Formats: sequence, C-alpha cells, structure tokens
Amino acid sequence: MGLDITKKKRRIALGCEGSANKLGIGVILHEGDAAAPTSTVLSNVRHTFVSPPGTGFLPKDTAHHHRAFFVRVAKQALADAGIRIADIDCICYTRGPGMGAPLASVAVAARTLALLWGKELVGVNHCVGHIEMGRAITGADHPVVLYVSGGNTQVIAYAEQRYRIFGETLDIAVGNCLDRFARALAISNDPAPGYNIEQLAKKGGRVLLDLPYAVKGMDCSFSGILTRVEELAAQMKANGGKGPDGEPFTGADLCFSLQETVYAMLVEITERAMAHVGSNQVLIVGGVGCNERLQEMMALMAADRGGSVFATDERFCIDNGIMIAHAGLLAYETGFRTPIEDSTCTQRFRTDEVLVKWRK
Amino acid sequence: MAAADDAQFPPPKVLTYPASTPPTLITQGAEGRLYKTTHLTRDRPCALKYRPPKPYRHPILDARLTKARLSSEAKVLERCWREGVPVPAVYAMDPAAGWMMMEWIEGIPVRVGINQWLGERPEEGAEIPEGADETPLVDLMKRIGAAIGALHKTGVVHGDLTTSNMMLRPVQGGQANGGAGNEGKTRAVEGDVVLIDFGLATQSMSDEDRAVDLYVLERAFASTHPRAERLFATLLESYKSTFKKASSVLIKLEDVRMRGRKRSMLG
Repeated sequence: MGLDITKKKRRIALGCEGSANKLGIGVILHEGDAAAPTSTVLSNVRHTFVSPPGTGFLPKDTAHHHRAFFVRVAKQALADAGIRIADIDCICYTRGPGMGAPLASVAVAARTLALLWGKELVGVNHCVGHIEMGRAITGADHPVVLYVSGGNTQVIAYAEQRYRIFGETLDIAVGNCLDRFARALAISNDPAPGYNIEQLAKKGGRVLLDLPYAVKGMDCSFSGILTRVEELAAQMKANGGKGPDGEPFTGADLCFSLQETVYAMLVEITERAMAHVGSNQVLIVGGVGCNERLQEMMALMAADRGGSVFATDERFCIDNGIMIAHAGLLAYETGFRTPIEDSTCTQRFRTDEVLVKWRK
Repeated sequence: MAAADDAQFPPPKVLTYPASTPPTLITQGAEGRLYKTTHLTRDRPCALKYRPPKPYRHPILDARLTKARLSSEAKVLERCWREGVPVPAVYAMDPAAGWMMMEWIEGIPVRVGINQWLGERPEEGAEIPEGADETPLVDLMKRIGAAIGALHKTGVVHGDLTTSNMMLRPVQGGQANGGAGNEGKTRAVEGDVVLIDFGLATQSMSDEDRAVDLYVLERAFASTHPRAERLFATLLESYKSTFKKASSVLIKLEDVRMRGRKRSMLG
C-alpha cells in the first residue's frame, strides 16, 4: 500500500450501498490522470427488498435482507467485473445518510471485506455518490442538481468545493410522499411504488384534482399534499369522491393529479435555483429521477431557458453500489481514507458536509 | 439584439399596443420576465412583470397559480406601500393575462453589491480578514434586517427572500451606484434597501411563517455569499431591534433550523 495511488494507471474500487431498501454492490475502474479520470463501470449488481402492498419497508427487515444477500451480491459483482481481489484498491461503503440498521449491516460487511482482503476503506456520502455518478454518466459538468428519492429532496449546486444545498423539503421527501400514497391505495411496491403510480397516472388525467401547492422560496413541503391525497383516497373508497366536474374520480386520476402537482413543484424550485446561480444545465438524480413525466417536465422547463436536462436510467438513478464506488474512488485518489476504527455510519449526513477535494 | 429577444420571448399583448413605450427585457427570472417600459406618460418608467404560461405545468394548475400569485402579490405590495415598507408601488395589473405594472426601482441588486464589495477583498481565506474595515457591509446587513423587520411588522412574509430580491436604491442626490470607477467599492453597498419580487409573499402573522422567511434568506445568503456568512447575525440583531415580536420568531427560527437539519436523517 506504499504505492502512490495517483501514479497508478488503473485504479479499481468496490462500492457497497444499503442506506434504504436496495442492496447494491458495484465495481468501478478509473484510468488515466487522477484529476480527471475516465470511468468504466465493471459491474453493478442490485437486490431490492420489496414489502407487500400497503406496507413500507421497516429498518429491521431491511437490515436482515441486506445481511442475507450481501455475500451473494458481492460474489456476483466480482464475477461480472471479471477481476481478481488483488486488483481492487479500496472498499467504499455508504456512511450515510439513511436508515440506521440497514446502513450498519452494510458497513459491517464492508469492514469485513476490507480486513479479509487487506484493503483500505472509504466512507461515502450517499447524496454525493448520486451526484458524482450522474455527472460521470451524463457528462454534465456544472449542473444544478435535483436529488429526489424516497428519503431526500434537495436542489444542489457546486460552489467552492462543496455541494451546496439551495433548496430542500421542509418535511418529508417527495419519494416518501409517493410511497405512502401508494400504501393508501395498496399499489404494489414491486418494482417500486413510484413506478406503479406513474403507470397508473397514464390512465388518469380526465380531471386535475385541486391539491395544495407548497413552495417556499427554493424549499418545498409535501406533508400537506400527502394528507390531502390520503383524504381523497379514503373518500373515493368510502363513497366515491367527486372531482371538480362533479363526476367521480378514480385512483388513476389521483395518481395523475399527485404527479402533476409534486413534479411541478420540483421543476419550479429547480428553475428558481437555476435562475439564482445562472446555470442552464439540470441533472436529475435519485430514485424519483427515473420518472419519465418528471424528466419530460424538466426538459420543457430547461428548453424554455435555453438549457438542457441530464438524467440517467434506473441502473444509476436508483440506489446502487457503483455510485458509492465511483465517489469513493474519487475521494481515495485525493488521499482520503476512512481508518477502520472510524468506519462508522450515520443517519444524518448533510450533502454540504463533504469537502469535495476532487473538484476545483 | 432586441429583435432576437422578442423572437425568443414574445412580450405580453399589453406591450404590443402602439401607445406603449418599446419594452426592454430586463431579466428572465424563474417566475417570469421583467420588462422596463413606461406607465401613462413617457417619462414615468415602470417595471412590467409578466408571468408567461409555463409549458411544463398542467394548464389548469398553471392558470390557477398565475392568477392567484399575481393577485396576492398586488395585494401584498399595496399593503406594504401603505404601511411604509420599502417596496415598489403598483401602477396597474391584469391577473388573468398575467401582468402587473410597478414602480421602477433604480440601482443594483443587493447580491451584486455584496459581491462587488467582497470582490475587492483578498482572495485567500474563506472569511473576511481580521481588521479589515467591514463597516459598510455591516451597515448594509443592518438595513436589510430593518427592512425585513418592517415587512414582518405589517403582517406580510415575503416567501422568497434572497439577496437577488432586494435592490439598493441610490440615496436621493447621491451618485448612482454600480457605476464604473474604483471608488465603487464602498459605494457598491450603499443605498436604500428596497424589497422586490413578492411573487410568493403571503399575509401572515405567525412566528412559523416569519421564521421560515428568515430561514430561506439565511440559507440563500450562506450559499450565495459563503464568505460573508458570519455577518448574518448582524442582520438578525437589526431585525430584532426593528420588530417588537422578533424574539419569539428567532426562537422559532431555531426550531426551523433543526428541522432543516433533520432532513438529512433519511436516505
């Protein structure tokens, strides 16, 4: 390990992610200059814990899932990558933010690999992982980032070696609002509640139900909207609620109205941040980022401003190990290490706490 | 240039009448566009705020938001104007067509002023160096705090306080700021603070809403002027001395900050 990592031509990292209900392990290869490496995804394996319709994933069950599948997923990731253990330079894992128990089980597993194989550890901020992977895949160099998932809703822009949060939700995350609404209608959690809401919304749209629209500056709030859609869902089940045209509305109409409202809010706060920092690139990351309606609305907004939108597909949008490997390796190349005695994980870890040493 | 702008952003109908002064597009903000034109007489400059339809938004939702926001903005501005809060006066409006004419505020945005002032400072170090004379900037922070205090006193919360949404109007008789010349350094942060863009303002007397107002500014300030972040406390002190009910708002602000941080708990 005395070797200077920046002098090495090929650098390989294995990343372990498990901050929510996805367990992901991926292997990334960086080549060339450490200041501006070329990245190649060698493998990206994921296994998702899916809870029955009407329920959410609980920390205990999710942690159990991650423990049960870790070895299988890790072996698959190594086999897909076609590398030897000796080729790996470091083991990266999600330090936070996320759910405590699942984070802890993956951190234990990552530590085990590091000790077993004699590798150094790198703790990674989950949000920074999403951002760096999005940048690497899309090639967006200085975008305003909308990070939307089941646990996070943030509008971020880079300034002076930090990813600064310009706007965020003041209560629950947008994905949490969608997930919990899906429970009210007992929409399937397989592959993801948000995906099923999107498919159902395509069948709705006869009416737009009046939902609260809560934007405060560059921040927003979703709990009031959730309460309202849950009320409407209950009304619909009990006696068939009436839409603004006096006709009964359907679950599909609810999905449609919810999507139109919350995505309009997200696009609005993103546009506000773009105007504020003077950027015309948007990068959407996080699980909700795979939603095609959100991508479409964002593209319309960006086009209006003479800019463009960058988004990735489910392989990189949804939590994965490769993004942890990539962001971890970027930090590793600047000399960052997480000694084993400090290799904790944390539920609270703000995006702007990370010193982004690999960017100017 | 003007022709190209027109092609890209067709102006609202009201600006196409032969009697109107040819408009200049000032900014394409997030919310809409701001034109400079005149109201009634050719020597009375005015700002015309136009909220064009947003193509990404569902038309029903878009119409609802545009109308509600423009009407509420006018009501709020009227109320502030009456109570002596430094805001532009409303001249005319058509909420359904999405436009409103307001008094033209001379000067530069506070954001530009602060950055000009900070730009004169040595580059190294994240903070303003010890011993540097920062009185002009401290003074500006006090004036901002006082303006927000006066605003909250009238029962209005702005909803989108940033240093881009405040103007520095040159003091009567003084030279216009933002001009060329080296002495622009101190002058960059001089002038009366005028609050603009009330597009998300609401009438509210609750500590919660007021605290969120301050929180939004605090965060925007920290991300826009990281090197002057420390001076935000001065702004809050001045807010406190202007506004009688400030203490409970500042206690609430603590809560809102904690809740903001709590957001990072979930993955």
